[in-house]
Amino acid sequence: MVVLDINALWRRRSKIRGGVHPEPRKESTADKPIVTDFPMPERLYLPLQQHLGQPAEPVVRVGGKVSKGQLLAASRGAVSASVHASTSGTVAAIEDYPAPHPSGLPTPTIVLEPDGEDRWIEEGEEIDPFGLTPEEICARVDRAGIVGLGGAAFPSAMKLNLGWRTRIHTLIINGGECEPYLTCDDRLMRERAAEIVEGVRIMLHGLQCPTALIAIEDNKPEAYAAMLDAAKKHGRIEVVQVPSLYPMGWEKNLVTHLTGKEVPAGGRPTDVGVLLHNVATAYAVQRAVRYERPLISRVVTVSGEAVESPRNIEAPLGTLLSELLAFCGHKPERTARYVMGGPMMGDHLPHVQVPLVKRTSGILALTPEEIQAADARPCIRCGSCVSACPVGLLPLEMMTRIRAGQLDAAVGFGLRDCISCSSCSYVCPSRIPLVHYFKYASGELMARQQAQQKTEQTNRLAEEKRRRLERAKQAAAQRKAQVAAKETAS
Amino acid sequence: MRDYLMLLLGTALVNNVVLVKFLGLCPFMGVSKKLDSALGMGLATTFVLTLTAVASWLLEHYLLAPLDIGFLRILSFILVIAAVVQFTEMVVRKTSPVLYQVLGIFLPLITTNCAVLGVALLNIQQEYDFLHSALFGFGSALGFTLVMVIFAGIRERLALMSVPEAFAGVPIAFISAGILSLAFMGFAGLNTH
Amino acid sequence: MYILFAVLSLTALGLALGFMLGAAARYFKVEDNPLVDEIERMMPGSQCGQCGYPGCRPAAEALVAGQASATLCPPGGKALAEQLASKLALEIDLAGVKEQVPMVARVSEATCIGCTRCFKVCPTDAIVGAPKQIHAVVADACIACGKCVEVCPTECLGMHPIKTTLRNWRWAKPDLAAAGA
Repeated sequence: MVVLDINALWRRRSKIRGGVHPEPRKESTADKPIVTDFPMPERLYLPLQQHLGQPAEPVVRVGGKVSKGQLLAASRGAVSASVHASTSGTVAAIEDYPAPHPSGLPTPTIVLEPDGEDRWIEEGEEIDPFGLTPEEICARVDRAGIVGLGGAAFPSAMKLNLGWRTRIHTLIINGGECEPYLTCDDRLMRERAAEIVEGVRIMLHGLQCPTALIAIEDNKPEAYAAMLDAAKKHGRIEVVQVPSLYPMGWEKNLVTHLTGKEVPAGGRPTDVGVLLHNVATAYAVQRAVRYERPLISRVVTVSGEAVESPRNIEAPLGTLLSELLAFCGHKPERTARYVMGGPMMGDHLPHVQVPLVKRTSGILALTPEEIQAADARPCIRCGSCVSACPVGLLPLEMMTRIRAGQLDAAVGFGLRDCISCSSCSYVCPSRIPLVHYFKYASGELMARQQAQQKTEQTNRLAEEKRRRLERAKQAAAQRKAQVAAKETAS
Repeated sequence: MRDYLMLLLGTALVNNVVLVKFLGLCPFMGVSKKLDSALGMGLATTFVLTLTAVASWLLEHYLLAPLDIGFLRILSFILVIAAVVQFTEMVVRKTSPVLYQVLGIFLPLITTNCAVLGVALLNIQQEYDFLHSALFGFGSALGFTLVMVIFAGIRERLALMSVPEAFAGVPIAFISAGILSLAFMGFAGLNTH
Repeated sequence: MYILFAVLSLTALGLALGFMLGAAARYFKVEDNPLVDEIERMMPGSQCGQCGYPGCRPAAEALVAGQASATLCPPGGKALAEQLASKLALEIDLAGVKEQVPMVARVSEATCIGCTRCFKVCPTDAIVGAPKQIHAVVADACIACGKCVEVCPTECLGMHPIKTTLRNWRWAKPDLAAAGA
């Protein structure tokens, strides 16, 4: 019996909009195994906010002794995640420390001094994840502090919860890793395919969802083979190869390419019955649900030509990025730029004395030859950026209007739908930093919206004050009238 | 029917009052910085031009010609134009205070717009009958509005571009107007007779 | 004969047109410029006076009369300037608007004597306090107009810049002179 797979037919024919093909530059790290014996640093710095939403609230005090995996800060509010100790030790301080952010501004951080024993809080008992109810699975994922490890850092428990409020028919596991240099997901898939597949099965169980698609770019044949092998006895999981393109890993691209449905602008994949998670998140979910282990470490790619031996390292969260670079033989004098994440969408860091957080997929030390910095020249309206934009926007028009201060006109061209993937900046022959304009404009729009709200609030407050004074005047007049009446009466 | 259509097309495009006859350049340069104000000005001028064309034709044929006081033509036409523009000002002020504010001094300046007086006089010169005069006035105004809107669109785009300092603002606008005029010369091949 | 006809006809014309205009003026009478009301509604309404006019309505009137530029209102900032400019089709040079560092007033509790002069003048009631009690500024409501600083007898009120934190940090505008910006 031949079953007609419409989706498979669609996949071959669907044309992906825009996108670019930067040099992968993954050869230096792709074929070396993950370093699992990274020496424990002398101090670990754990920011209270490593995720989207409200920062976590500390539940330990300075000087307190903690064990590995112990809860250090509890999630607060609906959208939040908890922070756990990456090793056993003492809480040395809870203070402001520079955040891994382009501004370098401080953020509240728990400073942990390891005691060298690496003692777990309790012996993790192994349980059968498929005996748990979906609610229990979500609860375990939430307790483990798991967030999206692909870079967005959205609390995963919330996403799993969202999942069963709307009917999800397909779970897509993102093994794309389209950014140049990064190979952490690639190595994870090659070395720990079985655990990832089990994580996917746990998610399917938690979501009560029938199918999962694991999407892997076709420039990762070994990872594809490993995952195919691990998933072959599970009928509900299909491992699919997707064209290697930047930004193939963008969720809407994957949804359109794999299911044929287009996620509406301003909408979410759940609107079309699809949910996405990263492969590393699936791995973390497996650790959390089967072994009750919280998220306390992650695989991070250390690369760039200013690093002598680039590797993928499984490092404890809170490790300073400078220590990771030093382990790989970093040459600071050859470094022109530090990038956290991939070179296309990653953040430029002013310095690397900042900690490894949940969303750090890579740390790159790039030489001047690699970044090829150049001054911007006037826009020649060639339209390359329009061809490259995966969302189908007009970057040159938006940039021209932002430059002239007409932000509303820029919004009219689709500024709010921009995903800051930097495909346009990458192809611009005049080397105009287009995405920088869009990020500036988004920030400016938010600031103006806040100013607008403040103006309205001021209006209201001023009105309230006028009414209060009116009332006071009337009360005073009334009192005077009463006194006058009493005098005439007497 | 075809006759009237051809007249409209002819006055609006082939013999465009701004780009071919070079009348009415003052509001053309002055109000064309923003699309909304250009459209507003175009519509106000359409109102004035059509009314004026009609009124001036009536004036010529029922007062000036019978009494043979043709030498008072320009004087009386200006009188009529001024009154019509005053009336238009009142209407605009009542119906759209924003447009009134935006047009500012250019609204009463329609009185001195040579296109208005020019069309009125051309009507007499070409010895059109009533309907033809009205259509001539309306067609010219349509052409004026069309060109105002096109030019405003161009100027808004020009304002966003990095024009060399020496040319920024009015100089580049004039050059664009010249190129636009060249483009409208293409209509010269349209046979509207 | 000629001349008589000419004079009479033009007089008649003038009178007729005059009459019509008079009638039209009465029919199309406009009371107050509703535009001023619209502009006034867009203003913050705190009557702080930082624009130089004695209140938001006089500032709106000046704007409508073309005597003030759209960038006149510091609390409104660039957002208000852009809105006013687009409403009135005015030219504005936003680059000239000195992006003032957002400020907030703060009471130095050591020197406050509780005289209540400051909260009487605050247009948004952002200062809380009672006679002989130490006053405090509700930072959210403060619009940094500076009136409280002027009247404080012990100079315990000062304007301080709002600190930039990770929450309110924003990307700067790319400064590209070469790109013709």
